[in-house]
Amino acid sequence: MLGAMGVPRSKPVELHAHAMDNLRYIRGTMERAGSFTAVPGLGGVLMGSTALVTAWIATPFRGVGHWMTIWAIECFVGILIGTTAAAMKSRRMNSPLLNGPGRKFLAVFSPAIFAGVVLTIAFHQADLSWYLPGIWLLLYGTAVVSAGWGSVRAVALMGICFMVAGTIGLLMPELPGDVLLAAGFGGLHIVFGTIIAVKHGG
Amino acid sequence: MAGKQNAVRKERRGPEFAVALTAPAGAQKLDRLVHERLRLGILSALSVNETLAFNELKKLLETTDGNLSVHARKLEEAGYISCSKSFEGRMPKTEYRITQSGRRALERYLDHMESLIQAMRER
Repeated sequence: MLGAMGVPRSKPVELHAHAMDNLRYIRGTMERAGSFTAVPGLGGVLMGSTALVTAWIATPFRGVGHWMTIWAIECFVGILIGTTAAAMKSRRMNSPLLNGPGRKFLAVFSPAIFAGVVLTIAFHQADLSWYLPGIWLLLYGTAVVSAGWGSVRAVALMGICFMVAGTIGLLMPELPGDVLLAAGFGGLHIVFGTIIAVKHGG
Repeated sequence: MAGKQNAVRKERRGPEFAVALTAPAGAQKLDRLVHERLRLGILSALSVNETLAFNELKKLLETTDGNLSVHARKLEEAGYISCSKSFEGRMPKTEYRITQSGRRALERYLDHMESLIQAMRER
């Protein structure tokens, strides 16, 4: 077909293609603009409670192998609780867990955790296990602070507190590790979990 | 030229002005105010944030000061967003927030787009 000036008209954009493009644009903008709000407050409280129980169980053990096994189990329990609670919260909020901000949160959270696993193995092999509580708290805090910038403010603040606890643990390795872990993974999770649950809906 | 003036005139009619589409979904009305790309971006971004500062919106939508001001003003005049101005130290700060009416307009627009796609698929 020729236009008024005799120039062939380009094929008009299909209406539904335009509508789909608009929906993609809306979704993309929302993902870039949104923050990861599925950080579970109640899940945090539960994670803190299991950490307190773990610290109580682990204290009497003198052998490093058993002590580490107990805390490794607690680590898996914590991951399970955190993931389940985040999935439940995101379902309640009608937002997919791994949407844009969720994926970003995971991508930024993971490297410090990976570093923590590697350092745990290296320090254990070097017979320097008394540094582990400090390393765990510091690197978990680093992961939470990094990921927390894309989430609600309380998350980043919690990460900073973990980093402080970890630094104290590393600079004063004579402090009892279980007390430090109970205060960090137990106390901080319960305090900030409660704040997140109250202020940010569960 | 005349076409451009006509477009401006249409735009000035505000959110009440709507265009019926020729598709089967054309029974519904398309809110022209929301349909414009940058205004759609502003509403989408504000719908997932309590407030956003002018500079945050500008960075997010990769636009210029002038462009953002003009489109934000249109949405504000339509009552779709509200704007508050304050000072952070000595720096002026403009913050935007989506209103109930703006949220409803965005939801209507999303429904419209979805029904349009649905109608085309059923053809």
